[in-house]
Amino acid sequence: MRKLISQPDIQSSESPLLKPSKHESAIRQVMGNARYVDDIPVPADIAYACVGITGVASGTLSGLDLSAVKQAPGVIDVITVADIPGHTDIGPVFGGDPILVDGEVKFHGQPVFAVLAGTEEQARYAATLASMDITPSAAILTVDDALSANSTVRPQHIFGQGNALDALQHSPLTAEGYLSVGGQEHLYLEGQVSLALPEEEDRVMIYTSSQHPSEVQKLVAEVLGVKLHKVTVDMRRMGGGFGGKESQAAQWACLAAVFAMRQRRAVKMRLPRMLDMQITGKRHPFENHFNIGFDGEGNMLAADVTVNGNCGHSPDLSDAIVDRAMFHVDNAYQLGASKVTGNRLKTHMVSHTAFRGFGGPQGMIMAEHMMDTVARRTGLDPLVVRLRNLYSEEKGLTTPYGMTLEQNVLPDLMKQLSDSSQYWQRREQITAYNQQSPIIKKGLALTPVKFGISFTAKHLNQAGALIHLYTDGSIQVNHGGTEMGQGLHTKIGQIVAHEFGVELDNIEVTATRTDKVPNTSPTAASSGTDLNGKAAQNACLTIKARLVELFAETYQVPPDTIVFENGCVNAGEHSIAFADLIQQAYMARISLSATGYYRTPKIYYDRKNGTGRPFFYFANGAAVSEVSVDTLTGEYTVDAVDILHDVGTSLNPAIDRGQIEGGFIQGMGWVTTEDLRWDDKGKLTSNNLATYKIPAVGDAPSHFNVALFDRPNNEDSIYHSKAVGEPPFMLAISVWCAIKDAVSSLADYRIDPEIAVPATPERVLAAITALTENDDVSA
Amino acid sequence: MIEFLLNNERVSLEECDTGISVQQYLRQQQQLTGTKEGCAAGDCGACTIVLGEIAADDASITYRSVNSCITLLANLHGKQVITIEHLAQGKVLHPVQQALVDHHGSQCGFCTPGVVMSMFSLYHTDIAPSREVVNKSLSGNLCRCTGYRPIIEATTEVCENRQPDQFTAMQQQTLDALKNIRAEHKDVFANNVHLPETREAMATLLAEYPDARLVGGSTDLALETTQQLKALPELISTQRMLDCRQIDVTEDTISIGAALPLSDIEAVLVAHFPALHELIERFASLPIRNQATLGGNVANASPIGDMPPVLLALNASIETDNGRQTRLLPASAFFTGYRQTQLAKGEWIKAIHFPRLGPDTQLRAYKVSKRHEDDISAVCAVFTVTTVNGVITAISSGFGGVAATPVSCDDLATQFTGLSWQDEQVRQRGKHILMSAFNPIDDVRASAAYRNQVLGNLWQRFWFETQTALLATTRVPHYA
Repeated sequence: MRKLISQPDIQSSESPLLKPSKHESAIRQVMGNARYVDDIPVPADIAYACVGITGVASGTLSGLDLSAVKQAPGVIDVITVADIPGHTDIGPVFGGDPILVDGEVKFHGQPVFAVLAGTEEQARYAATLASMDITPSAAILTVDDALSANSTVRPQHIFGQGNALDALQHSPLTAEGYLSVGGQEHLYLEGQVSLALPEEEDRVMIYTSSQHPSEVQKLVAEVLGVKLHKVTVDMRRMGGGFGGKESQAAQWACLAAVFAMRQRRAVKMRLPRMLDMQITGKRHPFENHFNIGFDGEGNMLAADVTVNGNCGHSPDLSDAIVDRAMFHVDNAYQLGASKVTGNRLKTHMVSHTAFRGFGGPQGMIMAEHMMDTVARRTGLDPLVVRLRNLYSEEKGLTTPYGMTLEQNVLPDLMKQLSDSSQYWQRREQITAYNQQSPIIKKGLALTPVKFGISFTAKHLNQAGALIHLYTDGSIQVNHGGTEMGQGLHTKIGQIVAHEFGVELDNIEVTATRTDKVPNTSPTAASSGTDLNGKAAQNACLTIKARLVELFAETYQVPPDTIVFENGCVNAGEHSIAFADLIQQAYMARISLSATGYYRTPKIYYDRKNGTGRPFFYFANGAAVSEVSVDTLTGEYTVDAVDILHDVGTSLNPAIDRGQIEGGFIQGMGWVTTEDLRWDDKGKLTSNNLATYKIPAVGDAPSHFNVALFDRPNNEDSIYHSKAVGEPPFMLAISVWCAIKDAVSSLADYRIDPEIAVPATPERVLAAITALTENDDVSA
Repeated sequence: MIEFLLNNERVSLEECDTGISVQQYLRQQQQLTGTKEGCAAGDCGACTIVLGEIAADDASITYRSVNSCITLLANLHGKQVITIEHLAQGKVLHPVQQALVDHHGSQCGFCTPGVVMSMFSLYHTDIAPSREVVNKSLSGNLCRCTGYRPIIEATTEVCENRQPDQFTAMQQQTLDALKNIRAEHKDVFANNVHLPETREAMATLLAEYPDARLVGGSTDLALETTQQLKALPELISTQRMLDCRQIDVTEDTISIGAALPLSDIEAVLVAHFPALHELIERFASLPIRNQATLGGNVANASPIGDMPPVLLALNASIETDNGRQTRLLPASAFFTGYRQTQLAKGEWIKAIHFPRLGPDTQLRAYKVSKRHEDDISAVCAVFTVTTVNGVITAISSGFGGVAATPVSCDDLATQFTGLSWQDEQVRQRGKHILMSAFNPIDDVRASAAYRNQVLGNLWQRFWFETQTALLATTRVPHYA
């Protein structure tokens, strides 16, 4: 039946697809009545929870005196791990994440107990009053220490092609490189928050700001010791997620739920900013290393790359994150013989977690580091080296993990961008400028991104949707994805409106709820539209098949002539308003509700042999960044950015552009000013917005040009579009390379300066000083 | 009792908890949940609201963006409070809201209400929306999703096409209502917050409540409740002190009232000391400058405050008052220790007096921080040099971020007076003097080594920028 339905044309001017529709919540957002969890009107019996945390990174909790906490004003209840009725480990994949300290202290800031009080302020204050006896033990706080101690959260993984060590020995030129890659605080503007409402007997309702409602449901049920069907999780929107609410939103929902069931009253748990920054995981810091072999023409011959992820105290999602770092150390380049090693190091730090790119950025930056190294050693322009090493038929299309590139767009894309951005003219201008500018030096870099799309945990690549048609022709859509600002609901609305040939305002995408679509995957890995869009489309097709059958019978027309367009259903001279057809279908006792399901085809990975096709396809892009660096202070500005990005067929060019620009600026923060600092006791010192600086409005480059690369996905993704959430983040590696380019001008472009990420002004000045070694101004 | 307008409704509060911020009041007591909490520290702007106040001409209203999370409830007295809920009329969006929708300027939407309010305050000025003006207006609003481009374009476009709105139409009524409140209250008191208007009243209060703390814009003090969870003591606000709100320009002195918000003194400072422009633009964010006062920044005596180095380098004087007599204290002697000053019990800062610069004196002010906007200085350095026929007759300086107090380096004057300013050794030796002049600390913002190196290099920048022959660019941030 399904194949008999004629598919509407996505290029049609009437279709809501390919149009820059505004974000579905835009009007409510600008009016201030888009509701976030903390804005939900609360029952009169609401109480507020907060956690008390450790002040040491490692040790054993030998005594805990909570009497002052219990006596503090407004306090209703105090719990420790002993009061948890069910599971006490809330690790998302492997375990290792106690909901509250269970004997062993694992990091500075680990929650030890939770307190419930009448107001937020009372709960926060009471949480500071406990007296803890902790017998300290030696803390492992760096990757190097963890490597020495062989302290890991998961086993090492290795893959590669050919014999890299042998090829290195036979390479005409070799180089070694090291890069310290900093982590990153998510800094979602809306902090972590959950609201738990006790319902009849052992049932509970959770409102949470989470990218993964199904996991919150599972963990709340386990912590309470009930089955999953007793717990319902509702998630309308997040005020930003970026990965920080994938696994680490659950703990606060669990604690709120425990209190709610103990006290039979509504409980809200919202982390104030400083606490949020101290006790939730961040992007993994990495300490990476490479040995490469190449020839005098800049051709890569061999690469032995090791990525060392600082995972913090528990596995959380780190296994997949370090895998993704490994899968991206080649970025877009044929490295030759390769060996890629990934270590997952256990430290006494908060458990680092998902963050846009999911390890990809920390791996990919090594590829660009290699290209810069080769360029400076050979005296070639870095862009020449990059273009020369791109995957191609001649160079080979097989990645270090054995996957073959089937749609290789970057040679064309980078050529187009280098032309449109006038890279070579600007290179000449900058060289000339630097010769006559003694203090300010400009730098330029064009870097590509090739990012693998699919969850590398294969089972997560599935999605469900639920569509209801009401008798007036209006439509509700529910799906497993969550809206965190990325425009997922807008795109799903466009897809459903397109399938039924109706206008966008006929579609209401409702809050993500575990009682509507079960067992969902997190909204992560850029997969939201790919997975849920296909699931929603499949639900549409199921209902359309029923409607087509009715229409065909009513008008005696062949089913394949029936089209849904312009608010009508048409076949030849027969036309009926969509709402009228729905009314007829209702009267004819036809079901107007359906689920849809989708799983990604083709993907697999053989971990034992380190080979497979972990990704359905690759999303690509490239950016040219131009910077000015002050050689007296190390300060810099990002002056101009040109981006050409591959989203396949763009379902919504405005939303895609928003993802590209926003991702780029967030990535720019990661490589420039976002400087996570811990002291030698393992305490986070960059623990508020006064000490941790994300890009502000003035940091947006004055020239910021974004274009979409016009080529559909050759895989059967939803309307041949491509995922866009994470890939643009890594375009900002061009900023880091441009800063290095400016500094390299001080050594006549023959040395690649060592500048760790983030390249703070202090680090840039140190690199300048190292290159000039002269206490005079560089001129 | 305090009284204010919530949009157009007059609100009287008999009880006014000092520990509650305006943001908490709006969300918890007025159910106006459009105003968000992102950080409760004045750093993110999600809580931005606009306060309408009777303008200096007494005939119009100025609309300023402020961070409601660090605004004391008592500071609303006599003002109009405008929140995100008040902009649209029914379903018709305000032009700034519509512009943000049209430009796709919201993604997650959590920063959006604050962004809209900052746009609204710029919309209610007649300043042409250059990129620098737009940056300044949005300098207190962090957005983690969009990368700012659509927000910048929306703001620019809507402020290039300003039209009267309902607030313009209501302006006279609003003005009358605010004037009524002003006329009906002399000394304002709400629980633990006193807002005296005269020096006599201030002196009486300080005598009556010897443990009370003085507060200006509360942008620093409020953090003690929102971040450190302390209960605030009795507070005496300088906000309504008329003789602390004067600007006086004479032939040789610029006098600035200590209780004026920084945004009210930018124009006069930049007019007379153009070299301060960049430093002032980079002083916190506009919403902070709309509340924070010069007196507060000086009285706090923080080693990382950006105005004390200016006072030091300009040889400013601090005028204190105790209700009976005033004292004039040189800035060089004012800062006595970490967050300690010569201000005596019962005294408050009335004004700061800046001697005007002669044509032979050159001034430069530098700030180095990780982020250009709304960041705390790793190093702040302010220099002047006076030359007669190219020969140095005086050098003064002020530094932040390098010691426990704001400091100067007298060695520069001692060593170089009498030398030619063009002399290369002045550059070289000055750099070495400054690189070892202080013992800064390593902290989250910068290492001691970086601070020392930058100090020396900022001296070089100063030297380069004040040589007649130099044509090269010397800084990366561009402030027109």
